[in-house]
Amino acid sequence: MSSMSAPKPAATEAPAADALDGSNGASHVGPASRVESLAVGPAVARHPGDTKAADVVKCLRDDSTLDPRTDPGLSSAEVIALYEAMLRTRVLDDRLVALQRQGRIGFHIGSLGEEASIIGSAFALRPQDWLFPCYREFGGALWRGMPLQRYVDNMFGNANDPAKGRQMPDHYCFRQAKVTSISSPIGTQITQAVGFAWAAKLKKDDLAAIVYFGEGATSSNEFHNGLNFAGVFKTPTIFFCRNNGWAISVPTERQTASRTFAEKAVAYGMPGVRVDGNDIFAVIKVTRDAVERAARGEGSTLIEAMTYRLSGHSTSDDPKAYRPDGTVDPWRAQDPMARLRRYLHKHHGWTDARDKELEASLDADLREAIKAAEATAGPSLESMFEDVFAEVPWHLAEQRDELVRGPRAKGHP
Amino acid sequence: MPQMNMVQAINDALRFEMRKDPRVVLMGEDVGKVGGVFRVTQGLFDEFGDDRVIDTPLSEGGIIGTAIGMALYGLVPVPEIQFGDFIFPAYDQIVSELAKYRYRSGGEFSAKLVIRTPVGGGIRGGHYHSQSPEAQFIHVAGLKVVCPATPADAKGLLLASIRDPDPVLFFEPKRVYRAAKGEVPEGDFVVPLGKANVVKQGGDVTLVAWGAMLYEALDAAQKAAEKGIDCEVVDLRTLWPLDIDTIVQSVKKTGRVVVVHEAPKSCGLGSEIVALINEKAFLHLEAPPKRVTGFDTPFPYTLENEYLPLSHRILPAVVETAQY
Ligand SMILES: Cc1ncc(C[n+]2csc(CCOP(=O)(O)OP(=O)(O)O)c2C)c(N)n1
Ligand SMILES: [Mg+2]
Repeated sequence: MSSMSAPKPAATEAPAADALDGSNGASHVGPASRVESLAVGPAVARHPGDTKAADVVKCLRDDSTLDPRTDPGLSSAEVIALYEAMLRTRVLDDRLVALQRQGRIGFHIGSLGEEASIIGSAFALRPQDWLFPCYREFGGALWRGMPLQRYVDNMFGNANDPAKGRQMPDHYCFRQAKVTSISSPIGTQITQAVGFAWAAKLKKDDLAAIVYFGEGATSSNEFHNGLNFAGVFKTPTIFFCRNNGWAISVPTERQTASRTFAEKAVAYGMPGVRVDGNDIFAVIKVTRDAVERAARGEGSTLIEAMTYRLSGHSTSDDPKAYRPDGTVDPWRAQDPMARLRRYLHKHHGWTDARDKELEASLDADLREAIKAAEATAGPSLESMFEDVFAEVPWHLAEQRDELVRGPRAKGHP
Repeated sequence: MPQMNMVQAINDALRFEMRKDPRVVLMGEDVGKVGGVFRVTQGLFDEFGDDRVIDTPLSEGGIIGTAIGMALYGLVPVPEIQFGDFIFPAYDQIVSELAKYRYRSGGEFSAKLVIRTPVGGGIRGGHYHSQSPEAQFIHVAGLKVVCPATPADAKGLLLASIRDPDPVLFFEPKRVYRAAKGEVPEGDFVVPLGKANVVKQGGDVTLVAWGAMLYEALDAAQKAAEKGIDCEVVDLRTLWPLDIDTIVQSVKKTGRVVVVHEAPKSCGLGSEIVALINEKAFLHLEAPPKRVTGFDTPFPYTLENEYLPLSHRILPAVVETAQY
C-alpha cells in the first residue's frame, strides 16, 4: 500500500490532573444527569490517558493499590481465578493465531488487550444471568462454563462443535452456560438481549442479560433500537460496549461525534458509565452495579469499557496497513494482564515461577483439546440439512439424498 | 494490454471514472485509508482524498440512505458493502426507496447508485461471508444486478454500471478476486449491460453460469468433452435484466440446458431462467432443464465444498442431460 497518512496522534483529551484521583466516587452508575458534558468533540479512548478523565471509573492504581471507593472486595482466590481466566484467554489467542497461520484452522478473532473487560464483566454476573456475546468474548463464555473442548471443537468446525461445523470459528454457542449463539452481522444481538431481558421481566424472573458489542456497533440500527426499547420498557439489560479504539481500520471518531459512547445512554433515558476497561476491578464494580440496578427494577445501563485492540481485527487483518505499530505502545504499557500480575505480585505472593507453572498447565490443557479436536471428524453430510427447520421437509430430504449419493468434492471421504 | 486480476481491474475502473467524472464518490466501511478489506479501493483515498473516498460509520442502512440522498443531489455514489451478507441492514433503503424512486415520483426523481459488494463462497466464510443474494434483489422491480467473472468484464461492466441511469447492484465474486487474471483494456472500456457472453461454443448442452461458478462450468465442460459431450458455456454477466436472446438462441441449438449457481436452488435465478426457457423454447427441448446449485440451507462452514455447485457436481448433470 502506498504512503498513507498515519492516524492522528493520540488525543490526550484528559481533563485536568485533579481528576486523576478517581473523584468519580462510588455512585458512578447514577442518574442520567450525571453525564455532565455533552460537548461535541472527538470520541476518546485513542490514548490510555483518556481513561484518566474524571467520569471514568477506575480502581487499580498505578502503584498497584485499589481505590477503596470502587474496590469490589474480591478474595485472594477470586483474584487468582480471574488472572487464570485471563491468562487462559491469552494462551488461547496465541495458539489459535499460530494454528491459523499453519492452516490448521481457518480463522480466529481474538481479545488481546481486552481480557479485563471481557472476564471482569462475565465474573460480575450472577449464575442466572445470560450472556449475548459479540465475537470476542470466548474468555467470558469459558468463564461461564463452556468447556474448553467445545470451544476448540468450534475452532475446528468438527462434528462436536456446538454449532455442528456450520459457522465460522469463534461463532460458538453454549446454552448450559447461558451463552447464546453468535452471528457475524454487527449489532444484531443488541435488540435480542433487550427482548430476552424484557421477557424475563414480564415473567417476573430475577435475571439480567448482558450484551457485548464493539464501539463500531454503536453506529448500527440495532444499537439505537435496543437502547430505545430498553429505556421505554426498563428492561434488565446491560449494554457492554467494548470501546477498543477500532472497527477494523476505522477509528472511533468515525463512529460518533459524541464526546463519549457512554453519554449516548442519556438520550435513551438510562445511565451510561465509562470505565477503565483494562482495570478488572473497576470493570467488575461497574458491571455489578448495573446488575444490581437491573435487579432492583431500575432498568438498563450502558457501560463503555475503554480498552484497546492490541492485535489486528482478526487473523485476516494486518493492522500495520492503517496503524503504525508505535501508536500501540502506550496501550501496551496499560496491558490489563500486566497490571493484574503486578497487583498479584504485590498483594498475593504471586511469583514468576507460579506464573510459568500456570501458563504451562493452561498450555497443556489446550494442547490436549487441540489434539482431540483435530482428531474428530467433520460433520456428516446429512447434518447439513438438519436444523434448517425442526423437521426435514421433502425438498431438503431430496437434496440431502442427492448429496449423499455423490460424487464427493475433492478431499472429502 | 496489461494483465490484471479482478481486484486491480475494479480499482482501475474506479480510478478512471473518478478522474473523469467529479460526481463519483466512494463510501463504505474501511474503503478509505486501508483501501477496503479486500483492497479493492487501495490508493484511491490517497489520490482523491477524504471527500471522495469516505470511510463511514458502521451502518449499511446509513451508507445506502445517505448515498441515495447524495444521488438525489446529483452526485454518483458508488458505495461498497463490505460483504454481500451485510447488505440486509440496508435492505429497506434499497427495496423501499432506491428501487422505486423513479417510478413513485412519476420519473421526476431518480436515485442512481452502484452498490459494489463481494459475494459468494470459497473463502471459508461460513453463513455470513459467503452468500449470493442476487435473487433477493432481482425480485425487486427497479434494480439491475451485475456479476462479472473476468477482470476485463469487471472493468467494462463497472464502467457501464456507473454510467447507467438506473441503480445497479454490482456483485463481485470474491472467490476469484485474485485468482481470475487476464488482459484488461487500458483507459475507457465499456461492456454493455444486458449482454451475455458465449465463452465456449458447443452443440450438445448449454451451460449457463456467472461469477466464480463460470470457472467450474468451464471445467465441467472440458471434462464432458473428454466424454464426447460438446458444451456451450454462457456467462450471463448481467443477471438482471438478463440476456434472454442469447440463452434462447443457445438452447434452440442444443436442446439441453444446465444452469449453475451458488445461491440456494429454490426461487434462485436458475428457477427464472428455466421458466423462461420453458416459455420461449419449449418445443426445442430434448431434455428437462437442470439446475446445479447451492442447497436450500444456510451456507455451511466445514462442508463448504460439498455445498458449492463445483464441477464434480456439474459434470454428472451435464452427462445426464446429454444422455436423456
Ligand atoms: C452489519 C455488518 N457490517 C459489516 C461487518 C464487517 N465487520 C466485521 S467486524 C467490523 C468492525 C466492528 O467493530 P466494533 O463494533 O468496534 O467491534 P470490534 O471488532 O472492534 O470488537 C466490521 C465492519 C459485519 N460483520 N456486519
Ligand atoms: Mg472496536
